[in-house]
Amino acid sequence: MSENKVFMIFQNTADAQPFISAFAQENPEATLNYQPGMVRIEGLGELGITQEVVSEFAGRAVDLQELHLTLISLSGNIDEDDDYFRITRH
Amino acid sequence: MTVKCIQGEYPSVHMDSVDRFHGNQLVYVGWDHHTSICTANAYPLPPDMPFGALTEAVLPSVLAPHPDFAHIDWSKVEWLLDGQTFTPDMAKSLKDNGVGHKSLIRFKTPGLNGYQGTGN
Amino acid sequence: MAKKLNMRKRYELLTRGLGWEPTYQSKDKVFAQEAYEGIKITDWSKWEDPFRLTADAYWKYQAEKDKKLYAVMDSFAQNNAHLNLADASYVNALKLFIQGVSPLEYAAHRNFARLARQLSGEGAQIACQMQSIDELRHAQTQIHTISHYNKHFNGMHDPFHMFDRVWYLSVPKSYFDDASSAGPFEFITSVSFSFEYLLTNLLFVPFMSGAAYNGDMATVTFGFSAQSDESRHMTLGLEIIKFLLEQHEDNLPIVQGWIDKHFWRAYRLLGLVAMMQDYFLPESPMSWKEGWQIYFVENAGALFNDLGRYGLKMPKYHEIATAEADHISHQVFGIFYNYIHAAAFNLGLPSEAKMNWLSEKYPDTFDKYYRPRMEMWAEMAKEGKRFFNMGLPQLCQVCQIPMGFTEIAKGDPMQIAYRVSEYQGEKFHTCSDGCKTIFDYEPAKYVNAWLPVHQIFQGNCGGAAVPDVLNWYHFHPEDGGDYVGSADEARWKAMKGEAAAPEAAQPTQADAA
Ligand SMILES: [Fe+2]
Ligand SMILES: [Fe+2]
Ligand SMILES: [Zn+2]
Repeated sequence: MSENKVFMIFQNTADAQPFISAFAQENPEATLNYQPGMVRIEGLGELGITQEVVSEFAGRAVDLQELHLTLISLSGNIDEDDDYFRITRH
Repeated sequence: MTVKCIQGEYPSVHMDSVDRFHGNQLVYVGWDHHTSICTANAYPLPPDMPFGALTEAVLPSVLAPHPDFAHIDWSKVEWLLDGQTFTPDMAKSLKDNGVGHKSLIRFKTPGLNGYQGTGN
Repeated sequence: MAKKLNMRKRYELLTRGLGWEPTYQSKDKVFAQEAYEGIKITDWSKWEDPFRLTADAYWKYQAEKDKKLYAVMDSFAQNNAHLNLADASYVNALKLFIQGVSPLEYAAHRNFARLARQLSGEGAQIACQMQSIDELRHAQTQIHTISHYNKHFNGMHDPFHMFDRVWYLSVPKSYFDDASSAGPFEFITSVSFSFEYLLTNLLFVPFMSGAAYNGDMATVTFGFSAQSDESRHMTLGLEIIKFLLEQHEDNLPIVQGWIDKHFWRAYRLLGLVAMMQDYFLPESPMSWKEGWQIYFVENAGALFNDLGRYGLKMPKYHEIATAEADHISHQVFGIFYNYIHAAAFNLGLPSEAKMNWLSEKYPDTFDKYYRPRMEMWAEMAKEGKRFFNMGLPQLCQVCQIPMGFTEIAKGDPMQIAYRVSEYQGEKFHTCSDGCKTIFDYEPAKYVNAWLPVHQIFQGNCGGAAVPDVLNWYHFHPEDGGDYVGSADEARWKAMKGEAAAPEAAQPTQADAA
């Protein structure tokens, strides 16, 4: 595993919750750091989510690009497709 | 390095050339280790002004509120002009003391090192 | 039934092959700015968009963002929600924001439109076009949100006029003008990479978190709404760097030079944000130093490990910026304490509780260097001699900040740093090795600097007396000065049904020259 940090920062809102929950569940090593109004999800080398898990949390079929609505910032290289979104730095 | 441009030479105007200051020249004066006065100050001054007017009139206008200022013994002050130590002749003009346009004058006051000696 | 195409394929079909070979004019005439900086592009089709966002998806999501934002703003205005602020002194952060940041958004809008026209690769054109629209949206939503505060507080009435004239706003303006007056690749390296990728988190994240902490939900919403575009802008910054370095090895030294230069310029500009974060917010969620550690030291460290394979190194003087993290907010605060009578926001000495917070966050420097300064100023004020600097400051020829930064890296943190260069028989003063290096590389550019202090002395700013200059800035007499005793404080107390404080101290002698 890489020592290089990657992160995603989301608004801490109901709309962002399925994404935040999916990151937490699918990346058990990740840390969630809550600041007023936002949450920073940090990992080493890689963080990823799948459409299946996000949709499960949302209770509907989610288009992963909806993350643009609540994403605040990120650090890492993006890899995305219809069924997954990943951010990596190896 | 020359500035790259699409064509010709990069247009370059000295925005602060001495001729733009109505007969004055710019002089900067800073008091070492007294950072509560946040920067050296800039003054437009006649080049023929005697150096002594600097310590008697110009500097007090800005620095007098500092508690150390009243205690300065000007005969013990150490001066730097554009990075070189120098001893100004108070009776002579700025120009004759070698103070030019945009010269930086720094002075140290040994024994007076700012509020409670903290460099403030 | 045809199989649904995957995202990559769909994206390619929707975004590529939209260009054409010009026939009336040669390609290098049509894209006249693309070559002169010395950047070599061999194949634009290698451009990879980090987010596969097509135009229809872009418009859909942007519309949704705006719908949400304006709903929050409307309810904010209807409920007079500014009354929910922790304290009105917080609004000073918004004043600095609308004066210093929103005009940059607008400048970014114009410049990305230029890039969308001048870069010949279609992928880059589309990314720049989207960003140009985003930046216009940012300027607009900021103006809309802050217009509510403008009804109740001072200093927010004419930011775009102020931006072009005011001494402290020449700091953001000159940074952006520097990038705008360069070629398209230097501009995008500066703004998208050195500023947005490396440093923008330090501007928006703590700003918005601070807003949330202080009860300003309207600002949180516009900030985070803008910041959601910022993720796209940042990744454009990263993509352009990777793309340029993959295109040709000759690009490396050029790009490295730009990263070094604009890192330092953007970092110097953020000194204003450092002050805001540590001194303006009644409640601060995070200190400048903590933000620097997380968003620069850790993040950029990882990023440059990653970019090392292209031969790219950490920006020059980054270690100096990190050493300065213990000092910079206090030093910039000191500058504004000296000159608050000539600003269009209020500040004041930190409360005892705030000073204790600063001691805790800056254990190596606050009690040793900066608390004594606050105590000295408090004593002077108590005696009725509130210290105002009645002269004008020496400015750095490059960053244009009053030269109040010190010799931290040389172990003499209470001595102002002076650097000087000679060019064509004239002396040019800079605040740091970083700014001097920038000057020395392109002196013919920086002699053109419009330095506010020198312009006042030349007689180009409305007059010789401070009130004349402030009038020329479109400041009102009550816009500046200490917060305690300010018109804003009195208004806030009236809104909250509290008794007003006695009026703030004013400088007595008001001549600039
Ligand atoms: Fe923006
Ligand atoms: Fe942006
Ligand atoms: Zn500088």
